[in-house]
Amino acid sequence: MEITLSPLSPSVNQTFYTSLFDLQDGERVRTCLQCGTCSGICPFGYIMKFPPGKIIGAIRAEIFEQVLKTDSVWMCVSCNACASFCPSNIPITRVLMTRTKEEMILAGNVPSELQAALENTQRYGNPLGESPRKRADWALGLQPEVNLLAKTRQPVEVLWYVGDYASYHPRMQSATRALAKILNALGVNFGILGPEEYSDGDSQRLAGERGLFEMMAQKNGQVFRKYKFNEIITTDPHAFNALKNEYPALGIEYPVRHYTQFLFERLEQIKPLLKTEIKAKVAYHDPCYLGRVNGIFDEPRALLSAIPGVELVEMSHQRINSLCCGGGGGGMWLDGFQWEKAHTRLSEWRVREAISANAQILAVACPYEPPRFEDATKTIPAASQLKVREIAELLAESMDL
Amino acid sequence: MKIAVPIKFVPDLVEELTIDPSGTALDTTWLRLIINELDDHAVEQAVLLKERGGGDVTVLAAEADGVDDFLFTAAAKGADRLIKLTGDFSTADNHALGRAFADVIKELQPDLILTGVQAHNDLDGSIGPLLAEYLGLPYVGYVAGITPGGDKVIARKEYAGGLVAEVEVKLPAVLGIQAAEQPPRYVAYSKIRQIMGTAKIEERPLGALESGGGVMIERMFQPEAAERATMLEGSPEDVADKLVGLFKELGTL
Ligand code: SF4
Ligand code: SF4
Repeated sequence: MEITLSPLSPSVNQTFYTSLFDLQDGERVRTCLQCGTCSGICPFGYIMKFPPGKIIGAIRAEIFEQVLKTDSVWMCVSCNACASFCPSNIPITRVLMTRTKEEMILAGNVPSELQAALENTQRYGNPLGESPRKRADWALGLQPEVNLLAKTRQPVEVLWYVGDYASYHPRMQSATRALAKILNALGVNFGILGPEEYSDGDSQRLAGERGLFEMMAQKNGQVFRKYKFNEIITTDPHAFNALKNEYPALGIEYPVRHYTQFLFERLEQIKPLLKTEIKAKVAYHDPCYLGRVNGIFDEPRALLSAIPGVELVEMSHQRINSLCCGGGGGGMWLDGFQWEKAHTRLSEWRVREAISANAQILAVACPYEPPRFEDATKTIPAASQLKVREIAELLAESMDL
Repeated sequence: MKIAVPIKFVPDLVEELTIDPSGTALDTTWLRLIINELDDHAVEQAVLLKERGGGDVTVLAAEADGVDDFLFTAAAKGADRLIKLTGDFSTADNHALGRAFADVIKELQPDLILTGVQAHNDLDGSIGPLLAEYLGLPYVGYVAGITPGGDKVIARKEYAGGLVAEVEVKLPAVLGIQAAEQPPRYVAYSKIRQIMGTAKIEERPLGALESGGGVMIERMFQPEAAERATMLEGSPEDVADKLVGLFKELGTL
């Protein structure tokens, strides 16, 4: 597409620009230095017609409408790398990229895969389009039986918000069962919501569907209010992020931790239970919304290091500079679209990094990752021996659960 | 152009279907209903025609769980009028539903009636031709594109094998939609919520259901295992090898 430099519709431009100021720290967009750091660090910056810095440039040139005419914002996987390295501290991902996607959605310019995930969320409360009735089916047959709060109505210490992919994805269900077994082994008094649980909505929000996110949050809020618990733990870093950083503004406020934080606190109790050696070089992949966005880098590593036989190795992108698996911000539902544009997948880059680091196991802590990375090990010949394991799976294995 | 789009809700296959104890109907305890996909296309096609040439779109539906949300979504897409037939439709077959729609549509006097060409629960024929019969109008089915032209339209009718015919139809007429010219669009949830505050659903109480001409269901059952199937056993590699062998034997490879 040709870019015309004359203003097309200054009012669209102005309305969009000022709408950014209504968001928390949105006004910082004014302080952009046009340094290009964001576009450089963005994993797909080289493919976007308008990477973040250029979007701001376009707004300043009053040609924002041109941005909406390209579909390049759908290459953004909301990994927050740009925002983490912006010298002006502009909340690029949360404000600029998300608002741009919102405009695309309002204009009806939505890739069909993403549309299906959003429609599924509206209809079934999960983007996979699975039956809400089956949300706790992963727990069938587990002993002791997982405490379904709707059934027992008992107050619990911990409400485990299991989340979409951890509940439904066939590859993730084993990790979800592993975590249930660990919690039981530690004697944690926990419960789940099962069919009453809705998608956390965070990835839908970052894909630009704010209204849908709010609907999900309100539904979850209503269910949370029905039960008594001290805190929430999540399997999914995106759910953790939503509950910690987004739900409170909607009046839904509970103490929340990611499961790796929760287990880390009990590390001394866990250590003697870690009996079976897992002799392997393990690279840990920092999920964007656990590490970069919420600063949790050490707890997952400490859990892995506690497993006898595990030797932690680091990949070239790590901690705050971690490389997104490609699933965030709607990326989970834009695989075909992004493949068409890039002919590569971020998960494949990441798997190559794990191989370069001589890792035998790629350890993860986000339910988007096992299926994504496992698929990548099948397409990268050098990675065919690399195993992708959730931290909970490794812990449970070492605990002989 | 005045367009009427009668739509129906069908069982959602995301939930497993079970047969009720009578053995002649679905058990409705866990039944979840969803818009018939092709009716969703009919709504999209109507809105596209309105956007191109102006007009007025009325969407009609029989009362069911989730119908209100669907109607509001249609309004957010561009439908002007929403009509809901109220009453007990639990036993309505297409003959009965068609007659109920026909009564309201007669009153609306639309130029064009668009509806999905079929639905997965059509046991007694699809709604379109039934409606056309009750209204005394011409019908063209399997339509995947419409060009309006005064008192007629040209409908692109799809045939098997990739053949397409352009059929000129005098209005008013009923068209069974196979696919809209664009896939049904997405409407942001905030827009739907907004329209819920402003759009109105007109309710029309249903008289008696008249299902004359429909079918009698003697027995409804899950597919039963027959003997023709061969199960390939073994590891995925073995199964793949055997499958390739079979394909070769049958001459498809
Ligand atoms: S990194 Fe920050 S300051 Fe630099 S161009 Fe991007 S938004 Fe502007
Ligand atoms: S959030 Fe990640 S993918 Fe999106 S623009 Fe920033 S760096 Fe690029």
